[in-house]
Amino acid sequence: MIEVIGIIFIVMGLVFDFLGCLGLVRFPDVYNRLQASTKCVTFGTASILFGTYVMVGFNPTGIKCILALIFVLLTSPTASHALARASYKGGIKLWEKSKCDFYSQKNKV
Amino acid sequence: MKSRTILLILGFIVWLLLTGSLDWQHLIIGLIVSGFVAYLTGELFTQRPNLFFHPQRYFWFLYYIPLFLWECFKSNIDVALRVIHPNKPLNPGIVKVETTLRNDTALTFLANSITLTPGTLTVDIDKEKGCLYIHWIDVKTTDVEKATEMIVKRFERILKKIFE
Repeated sequence: MIEVIGIIFIVMGLVFDFLGCLGLVRFPDVYNRLQASTKCVTFGTASILFGTYVMVGFNPTGIKCILALIFVLLTSPTASHALARASYKGGIKLWEKSKCDFYSQKNKV
Repeated sequence: MKSRTILLILGFIVWLLLTGSLDWQHLIIGLIVSGFVAYLTGELFTQRPNLFFHPQRYFWFLYYIPLFLWECFKSNIDVALRVIHPNKPLNPGIVKVETTLRNDTALTFLANSITLTPGTLTVDIDKEKGCLYIHWIDVKTTDVEKATEMIVKRFERILKKIFE
């Protein structure tokens, strides 16, 4: 039973990871690609780690899984934030069909 | 000094979890390593160490975790549907929202939560004015106040109780 629950989490994580990578190819500009890769890959990886924890149980290996999960959840959004900011400052334009850009006002002043 | 002590204890706990053994050799090396790290970076860790002694903050944090995970799951379903949809229903843009949080840690948590929840990604934080610039994959409104209501409010309420 525990094995089945663990495998369900791992398969869900793999599906999300795959969709995140597919979004990286399909979406039009840097910012949309960051959205897809950050959300899906973070949650997918967290899900795989949690599935591993469920399968091996509360022992040194499982605890390391939980620690890795916390670090992924904390650092991955920060990294994507830094990438988005750096690409904007580096002069990469938004997709031409984008609706609004309030950030340009701040950079002008 | 208080900040360093807290970091020392936290670092030692992480060391215990990583090694998973109570052998005295491991304990001594762990104490030396976490003491060294706490000595180097202790002052950067927190500006108001007294907040660690308020138990109600931990309860709010426990309440925050499931809420955050649920929002995270919804956002994944949302983005995954956009990825596999043949027409790519994108409507992106960068909007501006306001926040009343001022604390560094609280702002970091707010920005991370926004990044991991439906269709939003923090691009920059303006700490003095208390506003965040957010890339939204499906812009529903360009008005600052309405966008604040939709994106920030549900987390701000709880984060204020935890960190301020």
